[in-house]
This record gives sequence, structure tokens and C-alpha cells, in this order.
Amino acid sequence: MTIVYEDRGDDATSEVPVNRIKFTINGQKMIAEVEPRLLLSHLIRRGLGLTGTHMGCDTTNCGACTVLVDGRPVKSCTMLAVQADGHSIETVEGLSGQSELHPLQEGFKQEHGLQCGFCTPGMMMTAKALLAENPSPTEEEVRWALSGNLCRCTGYQNIVKSVLWAADKLRSQG
Amino acid sequence: MSQALDEIKIGGLGASRKRVEDDRFIRGKGNYTDDITLPGMLHMEILRSPLAHARIKSVDTSKAWDIPGVHLVLTGEMMATRNLAWMPTLSYDTQAVLATDKVRFQGQEVACVVADDPYIAKDACEAIEVEYEPLPAIVNPAQATADGAPVIRDDKVNQPDNVIYDWEVGDKAGTDLAFEQADVISRLKLHYPRSHPSPIECCGSIADFNRATSKLTVYMTTQAPLIIRAAVALVAELPEHMIRIVSPDIGGGFGNKVPVYPGYVCSILASILLERPVKWIEDKSGNLISTGFARDIYLDGEMALRKDGKILGVRMHADADHGAFFSDAQPSKFKIGLLHSTFACYDVPAAHLTARGTYSNKAPGGVAYRCSFRVTEAMFFQERMIAAAAADLGMDPAEFRRTNFVRDDQFPHRTPFGFLLDSGQYAKCLEVGLKAIGYEDFRRQQAEARKRGKLLGLGISTMTEPLGAGNSREYDILGIKMFDSAELKIHMTGKAILRTGARTQGQGHETTWAQIVAHELGLPAEDVIVEEGDTDTAPFGMGTYASRSTPVAGAAVSMVARKIRAKARRLAAHLLEVSEEDIEWELGRFYVRSAPDRGVTIQECAIAAYSNMPDGMEPGLENTAYYDPPNLTWPFAVYLVTVEVDPETGVWDVLNMVAVDDCGVRINPMIVEGQIMGGLTEAYAMANMQFITFDADGNCVGSNYMDYLLPTAWETPGFELHSEVVTPSPHHPIGAKGIGECAAVGGPAAFVNAVLDAIAGTGVRNIDMPLLPDRVWEAITYRHDVSGAPPVRSDD
Repeated sequence: MTIVYEDRGDDATSEVPVNRIKFTINGQKMIAEVEPRLLLSHLIRRGLGLTGTHMGCDTTNCGACTVLVDGRPVKSCTMLAVQADGHSIETVEGLSGQSELHPLQEGFKQEHGLQCGFCTPGMMMTAKALLAENPSPTEEEVRWALSGNLCRCTGYQNIVKSVLWAADKLRSQG
Repeated sequence: MSQALDEIKIGGLGASRKRVEDDRFIRGKGNYTDDITLPGMLHMEILRSPLAHARIKSVDTSKAWDIPGVHLVLTGEMMATRNLAWMPTLSYDTQAVLATDKVRFQGQEVACVVADDPYIAKDACEAIEVEYEPLPAIVNPAQATADGAPVIRDDKVNQPDNVIYDWEVGDKAGTDLAFEQADVISRLKLHYPRSHPSPIECCGSIADFNRATSKLTVYMTTQAPLIIRAAVALVAELPEHMIRIVSPDIGGGFGNKVPVYPGYVCSILASILLERPVKWIEDKSGNLISTGFARDIYLDGEMALRKDGKILGVRMHADADHGAFFSDAQPSKFKIGLLHSTFACYDVPAAHLTARGTYSNKAPGGVAYRCSFRVTEAMFFQERMIAAAAADLGMDPAEFRRTNFVRDDQFPHRTPFGFLLDSGQYAKCLEVGLKAIGYEDFRRQQAEARKRGKLLGLGISTMTEPLGAGNSREYDILGIKMFDSAELKIHMTGKAILRTGARTQGQGHETTWAQIVAHELGLPAEDVIVEEGDTDTAPFGMGTYASRSTPVAGAAVSMVARKIRAKARRLAAHLLEVSEEDIEWELGRFYVRSAPDRGVTIQECAIAAYSNMPDGMEPGLENTAYYDPPNLTWPFAVYLVTVEVDPETGVWDVLNMVAVDDCGVRINPMIVEGQIMGGLTEAYAMANMQFITFDADGNCVGSNYMDYLLPTAWETPGFELHSEVVTPSPHHPIGAKGIGECAAVGGPAAFVNAVLDAIAGTGVRNIDMPLLPDRVWEAITYRHDVSGAPPVRSDD
């Protein structure tokens, strides 16, 4: 990453502290040099260009920025990029292969689990963590697991159905 | 023998076609405004006022300029030198872009910084020093109109007080007479609290001015890009053909992304000054405290009744708090939106409505949050008043509605406020709903439960909504007539591109518009790509809000496809070597009437338009249709809710919710049901938790998602939807009506009526929304109404 500043004839311009971190993103090992205050969500969106992780509220409420850190759902707008050092991060872009969709992606399309699509990546990442832990959740368990992710379009009913659809498919795949 | 295509198989009208747009969204490949990065792009942040009302004594930006990486600091004074400190609103008022003289609400834009990086821009905003002289804040209409109230808009000449308008509609004398003849007069006063549409994606823009070409491109979160193009031309004084507005994927709108916000204007000016792309992305707090709010209206009305339950007349007064600037988007002939659609589904002989709008030291707005211009307030008051009147008469609320509904044989029906209802089967919808919820059975359960101290309640709400403005005779925004358009190009291989002046934000236009084309032409929906949101390519349209896309743009899609079909018929006659009069149409195919086996498909006509047209025919197969609707469409719905209220805590739980929506012909039932469920959830939110209030100093309480509560998957109840009743709109080309907002409009009253029904024994007549547990508990415990904006203590 190259940073260019206007030369104003003083020394203040050059002193931006930088930390070097190593992490894995969607299975790929990476090194980044980041400002200590950089949010993980900004590293993902701007540094890595993975814009599927959305930012809705910057305050850990809406869940649009949810990613998996070592398999656990984390709201990346309130985690610093430096805290990702040594950890493995998974975003929506890592859900599917080149041609094949993840059952959650299929489920959201089949059950009309999205409208504007802004909350969808965060919803799917949270749901992925749930299904890894609990492959046969009840409707109530799905609702509880998703309660940190806000959606303004769907009313959740179809999101819940989408997750249950994916659970079914994942189970049938063994 | 007919060779017509199976319409459902080709994804036509009535097919629950899976959505085209999902393919990118589920992969994280949507393209929202903040996802766009342009070469050389800079970032803008806004400094907002911490005070609700204060004179600006000085703004010192020197420390901000000193921060490395800062390119520009804009203040109101600098905007003023370019005549950009103020901008016109969509309601013939003005709004400050960056404050010069005073700040008039907490969160108002005072300055902005453009820097290499948003973090640097935020640092620099904090380095700006603003000296304020605090002034008393006004936070409601009563304060605004009190004697000696400070004048908020002292920037305006001829504005001696805080009143924006006094407006009146209906027949006063006839209504007075109805009240003289009444056996019973029922009265209700309530507050519909301030709310915020709050799409998860906030507002933002990327302005990109190219000095070499003089062209300005703005990527922005707007529901109405073509209106914005006109607005930018007027505000920034740029030629309209040199402005391109692109509305990329939008992460929800709900009315919040209709107005022009100062951030857009500042990013445009910054890009012009710096000749580099400038991105502004609002944070959630900025979105909640400064952009278009909704509701915040005090409604006071009375109903004249005959003993047998017939409504004789309605009187109503509205006090609307518009915040610091009158910036609602609404048809210009109506000062308070379509509030006068109230009681439209009831046969009310006489009605009179007065409305007063006032300024306050709160964020401007009054936007149509998932509704057609104040219809939500109209329907909420209507259904709360109906419940109160039925109770006063000692009549069953379902029976009272049945007695007063506009009957099926009365359509088209003129309301006392002048609307013309197109069609409906109101009583039938109610019967479907009552059966689904098990009305009689629930009443028995309720009576038994009450003996055991358990409080069960059932609430009914019905609604009809004027959707699809115009006609252009009556509906315009700033003089621009409200119509829409569609452009359809059939390529030579029978594939097609459709463009409209609407802009989808989750409604699924890319899926449903193609279904209308499939219905009209027999082209498989998957062969039609839909493009919206780029003003350089889209035909003119007023955008997507107020549930107007299907009624207006959707109708234009039908009409343009029919134009294409008319030309294809001439091509078919040429190919089949018969006269046009001998040609018949069935889905996807023209054939010779006397020899039905002889025919050509629509695709064969398409290739002929480029390779084998008759002599003298203009080549190609494309067209544009502008659609000016003859009337609004009027969907109808019945929502029924059962609840249990805990008298010890005031907490209430939804037991069951039934929705019966008659929105005419459904293009895509799956999408319609998705919209209804989304609307019901927002209705639940309004009734239960979602509101923005202010303390006495004008501090916004509800500036983040910890204070502004949105329902999650955990609280949101399940919904049972019914689609048995279908009354096509007689004037819409495919019989469709608007639907996106109905449930959000009609739903809230059902929840409130249910809770009040549960505590009917207490004599409580009204609890204002949201029905927070403490408010319900207070009503039950002290047996009194709980009214007004929820009280919040000032922390002084």
C-alpha cells in the first residue's frame, strides 16, 4: 500500500504509525500493514476490496458487517484490524466455490430471504456459525441466533425459513 | 390448436419467480454506493451541531486545514459565497446546506472536511472549533405556537412565527350539520410519534466532476435519480445534460432516500472545487438525527354517529411538527400529504379536516416512511377512531365496520375529501380475516381468560390507500407532473432490455418488470434484462416511493410492451403474407385466424424487424411509453391481531396475526408476500418500540440503534397471510394495485386496538405508541390514558 501526502515543509506528515499483521482471509494467507485504529471491516472492504461485508451502523448493533473469525461470528465494525493478527477470517465471498453456491446462499434465494440484500451477507455468516454448532436448529433457535442481525425489509420469517432450508440441505449432504 | 405458451412456465404474471437480483446479493457482489471506488477518490465527513438551537458566533477551521491529508474544509460562509448555503426543498421551503447564522436542530450540518482518508476527515472535523450561543429549543407544536415563542426561521422574510401552513379540506358546513344530527359523538386525540425509516444502509454519495468534459457524475443513494438530476441542475446551476445521476444498488429506502440532503450537495461542490471524486458516507447516528424522519403528528378528531351505528360525519385536526425545515416530498397541491385519505374505505357522508404545520428545533423531514404521503397517520387515526366509536356505541367492532364500509356496488366511490376509489370488496376481506383468526371462538376464550385474570385482546385494522400518484392533473412535485415511463428494446435474437424511471430498493423490479413483459409478449422473463437508476439511459420517471412503481412504472411497462406487440403484429402479417386483420395473438405467437397452425413467434418477428421488414416500415423493434395514470389504485387490507397482556409488567405478546391483502392482480405472489411481511414487521415496530423523541433541550433520544429500537428476529411474530380476495384495478393495464406499504400503513392500529381491547375493563381509551411495557402498565395500574410523546428527562 502506498500512501502519498502533500509536502508542506514540515515533518508531521510522515509519522503515521503502522502495524504489521498476518491473517488468513477466506483460506488465503495475507500480510497487511495497518494503522492501529483501523477497523477490521475497513481492512476487509478497503484493504482487501471485499465489499460483500457491509457497514450499517458502526456500533455493533445491525450485524451487516458480521464475518467469521476462527469460525465465530464477529461484528467487524467493532474489532480492530490489528486484533485479527494470527486469526482466520471468513467473509461472504468465501461462502461459495467458483460454480457451486453454499446451501445458505441457495436457501436465501429459494425462500425469498432477502429484498434489498444489504443485511444478507451478515445474516448468512451468522447462520453459518449457527449451523456449524447446531446442524438441526428449531425455528426458535434460528431466531435467537439471528437476533443480533437487523433486517428492515423481510420481517425475518423468510430469513428463518432460508436458514432451515440450508440446514436441511446440509444434513442431507451429510 | 392453440400453441400459446404456459405463462407461469415463462415466468409471466402470477409466477412466483425467484429473484434475478438475488444472484449477486447472496454472493456479496451487490454494488452499493459505498462499494464504489474511483481513481483519485477523496473522502468527506460532516461536522454536525451538538445543540438544537444556537447562534453561530464563530467557526475556526485553521487547525483542521493543518492536518496532513486534508484537502478542503467547507463552512457555511464558504458555501454562501457560491450561493449554496441554502437550497430549495421539495415543498417550496429552503433548507440550510451548511449553517451560517444559526443551527436549528441537533445534528445539523455545520462544516465538512475532505481528506485522503475518512479517518483523517473525521480527525479534522474534530479539530474545527465552533462557538455557539445557545437559544431556547422548541420541540413540539404546542411550544412552537405558544406566545412569545422564539422564531426558528428568522432567516425568512414574512415568517413572523413558527407556523408553516394552515390547510383545510372538506365540507365544514355539511360536517357541522352532521354533528347537529348525531345521536352520539365520539372523540379521540392521539399522537403518532416521530419515527425514522432507518434503512440499514445509510445515505451517501460519490461526486465526480470532470473539468475536461464539464460532466458531473454522482453515484448516490437515491430513490428518485431523475428528480435529483433536475434538483442538482437547479441548485448547482449546472446544465442538466451535463449531470449524470447513478443510483446503484440501494440498501433499503423506505422514503428516507427521496429528499436531497446537504451531504450530497457538499460532496458535489467539493468535487467541482477539487476536480477529484469525493465520497461521502454517512454514519448511522448522522442518518438518524439529520435525515428525513416520519410522522410526528398530533391528531384530534370526532365522529358523529347514529344510534344504529351509521357514521354521519367526521371532523379532524392535525398538528404536524415538521422540524426546522419544511422538506417533505409530497404532491404540491396538498400541504399535509394525502392525510385526507382518512376514512376513505367507509361511507362517510360529510367530513372536514384542518391541518397546521409548524417548525421546531428537530431534524427536518416528514417523509413518506413506507407510505403514500401521510397515509399511515390517516389510517392509524381512522382505525383507532373506529375502535373508539364502536366501543362508545357498545357495538362489536367488526359489525361496526361492516355497517359503514363502502359496499361493492358503490364503486367507483367518491370520498367526502374528493378521492375516487377504484374498486374493492371490503366486507369480503373482513369475513376472510375474521374466519382466519377464529373471531367468535377467540371472544369466548377471551371472556373465560378474563375470569382467570388473564388479559387477552383482539385488534382489527382495515385500510385502503391511494397508491400510484398521479394522475398528473392533480399530482406534481414542484410542478413536475407525476407520471412514469418505460423503454423496451427487443434485440434481433428476441432477447430484450427494459428500462424505467423507477428505482428498485429491494422491491425486485429486475424480476417483476420482466414478468410483465413476459405476460404481454410471451418472451420468457429470463430473456428480459431490467435496468434502472442511471439518468443517462433511463427514461424520465419520478422514482420509487409511495408504492407507486407497480401502479405507474409497471403500467408503463405493459403499455410499451403493447406498442411493441402492435408493431410485431405488422411484421407477423408480412411474414405470414396475410393482412393484419387476419392475425390473432396468443401468448408468444401470432397466427392466421383461418389457419391457426400457420404462425410466427414473437422471436421470429424480432429477427424480421432487423432482417426482413416490409417495404416502408421503420426498422428495429423498440419503443418508449409514458404512462399518466387516470386515477390512483386503492388496495384494501384487513389486519387482525390477538395479544396477551401481562397486567403485572405491561408486557404484551402477539398470539396470532392474520393479514388479508387485496392488492388486485399479483405480478409475483412471492414478492408481494415478502413485502407484506416486511410491512407488518414495521407496523409491529411502530406499535411496540420504534420511536424518536427529544428532551426539553432538543437532544435527540434515538440517535443510534441502542436507543432507537428496531425489532429483531427474536421479537418479531409470525404472520399468516391471505390472498383469497382479488379485486383488479379497473384502470390499471394488468389490474394491479400498489402493495409495498399497506401493512406498514394499516398494521399499527391492529396492535394498539388489540392491547386496548385486552384492557377494556380499565376504561382506558388511548395509549399512544409505542406501547412500551411501562406505558401499558401505567394505563392498567392507574386506569388512565397515557398520551403524548414519551416523556424523557433532561439531564441538567
